[in-house]
Amino acid sequence: MNARYGMVIDLDRCTGCGACMIACAAENNVPPAQPRATYRTGVTPMLVRKATNGQEGALRREVFVPITCMQCEEETPCVSVCPQQAVEVDKATGIVMQIPQRCLGCRYCMTACPYHARYFNWWDPQWPAGMENSLNPGVAVRMRGVVEKCNLCHARLHSAMAKAAAEGKREIDPADYVPACVEACPTGAILFGNLADEKDPVYAAAHSADSFRLLARIGTEPKIHYKSTQAWIRALAERSTEHSGEAQHG
Amino acid sequence: MAETLLLDRRWITRGAERASTARFLLWLAPWVFLLLLGIYAAGLCLYYGLNQTNMDNRFAFGLWIFADLSVIALGAGAFFTGFLVYILKQEDLKPVLNSAVVIGLTCYSGAVAVLMVDVGQPLRAWFTFWYPNTHSMLTEVTFCISCYLLVLILEYVPILLRNRQLRKVPSFLVFEHQFHKLVPVLAGVGAFLSFFHQGSLGGLYGVLRGRPFAFRQGFLIWPSTFFLFVLSAIAVGPSFLMLVTATAERLTGRQLVQPSVFRKLGFISGVLLAVYVAAKAIDTYIWLNFTTPRVGFGPSDFYSYQPLSSTFLFLAMVPFGLIPAVLLIVPFTARRRGLLLLAAVLTCCGVLLNRFVLTVQTLALPTLSFDEFLKYTPSWQEVATFGAVIAYGVIVYSLSYRYLPLFEAPKGENKHVSLG
Repeated sequence: MNARYGMVIDLDRCTGCGACMIACAAENNVPPAQPRATYRTGVTPMLVRKATNGQEGALRREVFVPITCMQCEEETPCVSVCPQQAVEVDKATGIVMQIPQRCLGCRYCMTACPYHARYFNWWDPQWPAGMENSLNPGVAVRMRGVVEKCNLCHARLHSAMAKAAAEGKREIDPADYVPACVEACPTGAILFGNLADEKDPVYAAAHSADSFRLLARIGTEPKIHYKSTQAWIRALAERSTEHSGEAQHG
Repeated sequence: MAETLLLDRRWITRGAERASTARFLLWLAPWVFLLLLGIYAAGLCLYYGLNQTNMDNRFAFGLWIFADLSVIALGAGAFFTGFLVYILKQEDLKPVLNSAVVIGLTCYSGAVAVLMVDVGQPLRAWFTFWYPNTHSMLTEVTFCISCYLLVLILEYVPILLRNRQLRKVPSFLVFEHQFHKLVPVLAGVGAFLSFFHQGSLGGLYGVLRGRPFAFRQGFLIWPSTFFLFVLSAIAVGPSFLMLVTATAERLTGRQLVQPSVFRKLGFISGVLLAVYVAAKAIDTYIWLNFTTPRVGFGPSDFYSYQPLSSTFLFLAMVPFGLIPAVLLIVPFTARRRGLLLLAAVLTCCGVLLNRFVLTVQTLALPTLSFDEFLKYTPSWQEVATFGAVIAYGVIVYSLSYRYLPLFEAPKGENKHVSLG
């Protein structure tokens, strides 16, 4: 396998419903938030945020921006800083992998990430009685004191690979590997696939005129792309020297 | 009680004048309270987790990392004085060498203790040695600080063995005598290790490509912050050593070292500080005009937020940089003890501000265009743990001063200078 998995998120289609966040949490055994948790201490590997054009009244425009690990391909900020190799880029898939079992919890990777897409487990994972029966057996629960992030539902990739192997195939069927957020999006705003495959629809979408990546000028080659037909939304890609938006969490 | 007092007196260096046991215990009491409070707070963090702090996913580093960077910079006097005395043969600084070792030991051991509370899985600390990522500045920091702490402990052993009661054990006396011959080697090793970890602490931030406020270009694998941290640490080390010694003199009412030692420490600190300020100015110019525009950021992205605006940059460069450098170098001001100590205080403030800016301002500033400027206030558990490090330092230094010959006059020097 020599894939480069990534996404193209159509911001014109995103309604900010949060289904992707719920699906992500359910798939990846993210525990319910503690009563004291805030949006800055919760674990949300997929987080829908809201941005505006900074105007008021009739001129005001808003957009929802789903933020997840950008799966940086080059100079991956979190990989080089981790002191104990708990983060790596999978050469076969391009997925930036986090190894919670090796994580020291120093949070240097969180400091390094320009997208703030890494999350620390500030509390012990706890589920209400009975709810633990709904846990996904394919995903290990992360303990308190370690960092986690989106790994593009790696457990689903494992299942797809196991299925392909059982059928005697070397390559997986793309239909067998779809991350939970992609599956859950009611408007089909998230397109997922192999960015290295020119025949994959995600390749064309990533190379379309209205696609962009956040903070691409930093040079980390993120594999999560966005697209919008509106110029002011595309302008959100880079930080200009003037303030053009206000921030809120979705 | 009388027996205890007698026991206490027996451990004090012969001929040295020290406060009464009761007065000494009274002095220690608030620090012990602060230490115990900090241990309790740290215990809460270890037992219940880091949810006891006010750090969060966005402010992943907080007061503790600032404290670590600061105390390690302030403790740089240990390796640098050793380097000056044993490698550059500046024998006239020998009287403050033992004091510098104790300061270094408390600073480094305190920093390591706080780090153990700060990480989410302290029992996995050994993983860094088992699965080291050689590309990570934090790996370099971990290795060098661990090794240097060991060096400091080894440097402290001969000082400890010179205690009045311990000297009565013949094997200790022989060991101390033989071990003392190794101290110059330890000083060299310490200087080498310290150069790298002081630099790597700066490199921690300089390599953060995703944080344009901190990211710097540099030389080979080292960003400019690597060299700036080394420079600022060796500039502040002698100043802090001077301040601690002056405080000890004030509290004990005794002259512990000759004024010439202060002037020399001040001069060294001032020259290095001047070099640092010049290097920092060049670095800031390159960073603002070449490094950050390439990634779509500009000065207004960093300096338009209050209260962390360009005022901090000005403070670091002029009142806490140029002014103390001049005060420390110019003989007219350096001869006046008050001005010399004021300059030392300003130097320490400058380095603390620099560490604060890199730790806190880096995380507070937004990176995404639709992101917000963040605020963070440490919890009482964080503050108490931080306070415990200070208390621990004061307690260890006080005990060392009381029971060990911390200040020693070189042979043939003024006899009235206290034996410590």
